[in-house]
Amino acid sequence: MTALGRLVRVREAGLVVMLVILAVVVGAIQPRFLTIATLDIILLAIPLILVAAMGQMMVIVARHVDLSIGSILGFASIAVGMMFRDIPEMPLWLGFILAIAIGAGLGLVNGLIIALFRLPAIIVTLGTLSLYRGLIFILSGGRQVDPNHIPEALIRMAQTSPIGVPWIVIIAFFTALLAYVFLRHLRLGREIYAAGSNPDAARLRGIRVNRVTLVVFSLSGAMAGLAGLMYAARFGYVNPGITGVGFELTVIAAVVIGGVSINGGIGTVPGVVLGVLLLGAVSVALPILGISGFWQDAIYGAIIVIALIVDGSVRAGGLVRLVTGRGG
Amino acid sequence: MSATETFDAAKARPLWHRIVVRPESVTLLLLIAAVFVSAWLSPFFADLRFVLESATFYIEFGIIALMLTLVVVSGEIDLSVAATMALSACLFGIAHRAGLGMPVAILIGLGSGALMGLFNGVLVTVFRLPSIIATIGTMVLYRGIAQVIAGDRSVGGFPDWFVGIDFIAVGIVPVPVIIFVVLAILLGLVLGSTLFGRQIYQTGTNPIAARHAGIRVDRLKMILFTASGLTSAVGGLLMASRLGVVRYDLATGGELQVVLIVMLGGTYIFGGRGTIAGTFLALWLLIIIQTGMTVANIAIEAQLTVLGLLLILAIISANAIYAGGRR
Repeated sequence: MTALGRLVRVREAGLVVMLVILAVVVGAIQPRFLTIATLDIILLAIPLILVAAMGQMMVIVARHVDLSIGSILGFASIAVGMMFRDIPEMPLWLGFILAIAIGAGLGLVNGLIIALFRLPAIIVTLGTLSLYRGLIFILSGGRQVDPNHIPEALIRMAQTSPIGVPWIVIIAFFTALLAYVFLRHLRLGREIYAAGSNPDAARLRGIRVNRVTLVVFSLSGAMAGLAGLMYAARFGYVNPGITGVGFELTVIAAVVIGGVSINGGIGTVPGVVLGVLLLGAVSVALPILGISGFWQDAIYGAIIVIALIVDGSVRAGGLVRLVTGRGG
Repeated sequence: MSATETFDAAKARPLWHRIVVRPESVTLLLLIAAVFVSAWLSPFFADLRFVLESATFYIEFGIIALMLTLVVVSGEIDLSVAATMALSACLFGIAHRAGLGMPVAILIGLGSGALMGLFNGVLVTVFRLPSIIATIGTMVLYRGIAQVIAGDRSVGGFPDWFVGIDFIAVGIVPVPVIIFVVLAILLGLVLGSTLFGRQIYQTGTNPIAARHAGIRVDRLKMILFTASGLTSAVGGLLMASRLGVVRYDLATGGELQVVLIVMLGGTYIFGGRGTIAGTFLALWLLIIIQTGMTVANIAIEAQLTVLGLLLILAIISANAIYAGGRR
């Protein structure tokens, strides 16, 4: 257990070092990268990814993966956006509850198919990715929800709050805090780690692994639903063909960079938060350095592959020996 | 618990049961049903020429699905196939634009595809990464590199003989369909009646036992991933020929189509079972379903619902049949 703790700490320290290196290098080339204004931009770039990453990390810790979150995000935001359009007097808080509930429902469907039929999550969620995206088009008739139909109060949440930082940033970090407490101190949270480390052993110890599967996919869906409403707030419109497309890949990148092991059982909320910050910092640094936005996906892809290789080597013991100077 | 119970072996299934109750027969039945229903709904489908022409829109994915069948039977998966199509096609297009001449450009396209497949193989066999997640990573990477080198513009200007291979036909059969059929026969023979094919099944059934039996599992997987990359490049070039231009977002979402064809064909997602015949039938099933939806004026985006549903139903039914067969 201590070896495991050391390993995780090494990973988080490594992420901090990478963030510092990025800040120093980019700051040396373009000093304006090291200003409060840049920090604001980074903070505004990450809330959606951060919220969805909390759900995705639980899924991956439980030894699954959820490819459908981009479509769930799109479905929740278009459904709630249409409700705002058709029922202008609908209160904002109800919109949030509905988005989260719709997301949780779609996530639960994923979990049910996977647990009931014992199927690999990746293929099932590849299927629902396309299934939910198709439903978005059927539901919306292919039409987007225009900015004038998104409540102004919602759009203001992406701009200000009483303490200066936009509401959606506060919500995102509060979600991360909840996830931290849940995963660290609650019984169900610990069961996710147990189920992911060794499902058979977990089952023998009386953990209902199928229930864990349902919980993580419902939570992942709920977070994607919440991110959907944040999308409407941040961008001011919801488009069936654009909203959430490819979102799952960014989130998986953040989670993998954050040190969550794809073999399940390993990963911390602080690590994932750092991973999200690193991705956000990279995406903000590119335009400041004058690098075309076309590079972003290639860089994200390279980061994922490198993080996976590092993860694989850590598991194989190579890096632990390298870092500690002792046998892993 | 009595002693005799432990020796109770499962009863052998009768021959007819083994022949009829298998995922490929489900695919075949669905295909026959789809042919009759679609021909009844629209007389177009009774015309073989129309079906063959429609086939050219999906045949690239079918060609890749044939190779992916072998990968899945070996217990792995390659989700980077569509991104490999895009990047190899873009490299081909840019090489041609740089004035390298068509033969060289085509070689660059095919070679780069093989290299991308090889890289996937290295991630899986050398770094021991699960192929499911490693090829998601390379999917983002390859598509990203394609975007870097091609930007958001189309690359075109190919010579006339290269463009429109789907319009060249032998009799009424378009050339891409012939390529598909030939590759299907070839890979069907490899998987069904060669030592290498048996080793693929063995590896997918139990990689540890396969290693103990002297099969060089890592080399086998490396070959399959490289071949998958190469086949994806062939698909990318065929698509470039059909469209006349290449873009970084060529075949976006194609991995769904390819995986769907393999799963519809009854290949077992956990490896060790599956046939080329199943994949072959599944492509025609998918062509009829998708063309049918298009003829019925269902928007492409709404069709995604049906494709997603089909994928899930296909793995559920294949899983159930294999689980029944084991008992």
